[in-house]
Amino acid sequence: MKNLLILGAGSAGTMMANHLSKKMSLKSWNITIVDQFDKHYYQPGFLFLPFDVYKEQDVYRERTDYLPDNVNYVQKAIDIIKPEINQVVLADGTILKYDLLIIATGSQIAPGEVEGMQGSEWYKSVFDFYTFEGSRNLRDKLRGWKGGDMVIHITEMPIKCPVAPLEFAFLADWYFHEKGIRDKVNIYYVTPLDGAFTKPVASSKLGHLLEEKGINIVPDFAIAKVDNENKKIVSWDDKEVAFDLLVTIPTNMGDDVIAKSGMGDDLNFVPTNKHTLQSSNFENVFVIGDATNVPASKAGSVAHFQAEVLTDNILRYIEGEPLKEDFDGHANCFVETGYGKAMLIDFNYTTQPVPGNFPFAGVGPMKLLKENKVNHWGKLGFRWVYWNMLMKGYSIPFITAQMQKAGKELEEEKLETV
Amino acid sequence: MEAVIANRPVEVNEQGYLLDMNQWDKEIARGIALEEGIELTDRHFEVLNYLRKEQESGTALSIRRVGKSGVVDIKEFYALFPEGPLKKASRIAGIPKPASCI
Repeated sequence: MKNLLILGAGSAGTMMANHLSKKMSLKSWNITIVDQFDKHYYQPGFLFLPFDVYKEQDVYRERTDYLPDNVNYVQKAIDIIKPEINQVVLADGTILKYDLLIIATGSQIAPGEVEGMQGSEWYKSVFDFYTFEGSRNLRDKLRGWKGGDMVIHITEMPIKCPVAPLEFAFLADWYFHEKGIRDKVNIYYVTPLDGAFTKPVASSKLGHLLEEKGINIVPDFAIAKVDNENKKIVSWDDKEVAFDLLVTIPTNMGDDVIAKSGMGDDLNFVPTNKHTLQSSNFENVFVIGDATNVPASKAGSVAHFQAEVLTDNILRYIEGEPLKEDFDGHANCFVETGYGKAMLIDFNYTTQPVPGNFPFAGVGPMKLLKENKVNHWGKLGFRWVYWNMLMKGYSIPFITAQMQKAGKELEEEKLETV
Repeated sequence: MEAVIANRPVEVNEQGYLLDMNQWDKEIARGIALEEGIELTDRHFEVLNYLRKEQESGTALSIRRVGKSGVVDIKEFYALFPEGPLKKASRIAGIPKPASCI
């Protein structure tokens, strides 16, 4: 028997376990998946929890409910990967040997990377919403908050779900309006980039939204430290933004085990071929989801499209066939804009988000890069799709792994060669 | 779109960033830097070469990580490329502007 080992049973790892357990010969392959935590979080829900749109129990399930019965699940922490000798050592000393390894260990926040971020105000007036704990604590804070300066802040790119901070700003505007205290809240959006929208088409089509919603942009802000005593954030070039409530997106990094194993870049993301998803350094190691260094968005939809490509490539690798360079960076994301509306964006490595209809050209019913209510229902309905289709390894009808150009208003090809 | 930098035609986007980092050389860099009001020294080129190498290896860039690189500290990075050093240095290095997905 040969061994296929999957590290991490989040969105990407769970999808791979479901795909491969159906498509590989289990007479000659054992599939094992390792994850130390018993709960599988629906991470898009962390955006809604602070605003009491979702309850706590809406955002998690038991991990084992979504893993197939014919896959071995090991609920233990991982100590180190030894790719030169095809072994993974678990925290209790157990050694797992593999013939094929899939790394799906995701990314996590690293607030310790910025001076003072995890200081005396952490979870008092400084919050993240990228963890269950942070999102829940922020909800409790918002329930009693009477208003003041709310600063929504991005430390540095890349981050998981790059639109989430913007969605948070839009939902906050709506939430405070509904509570009747919008006039007592100033919302600031502080970013290291040169604006909230950084792609030319999105920037020209959507720039007006921020002004309409009274959200103040502070661009080009590279944070040096959080000053807990005076409640302000300070940039490297000595700019300051004062806050009563700081909602920050800390540096995002790959798992510590990647660093310990010497397999990552500066941010512990694993160097990976951006079209085949094979690791750059070890031919029997493949990487999927947030754990890779590929220049795609770190998002569940990306992991879903990658899972379809990677499943094919794993089967091809086993048969000794050349890998297909089929992953094009495709991402498909809803963007909540508040007041019961949302946008949809669909893009890849070379095509920026543009207006159009989705998934059917000329029909929709979803609108690309434009607000409407159908998109919002799509976002809320997506939770059902996540648990009942994506995690179980089913494709969504009419939505392909590769981005489709039909239905998009593309002016001309603008390719960046890098 | 096409632009002429250092008397050579190159492909750039709306914000003047090269579309193909292989069209870059020192003369192009000097030409773009002039538009940004910067006269390039050897020290600038050490930083630009580092940024290009990181871009080629697929590493995402940020000011904090440039500062930890050992090539240049953050204070000097700001001194070399004042006001928004990463986006300016990226443009002069012929690599894409640091951006989000939207």
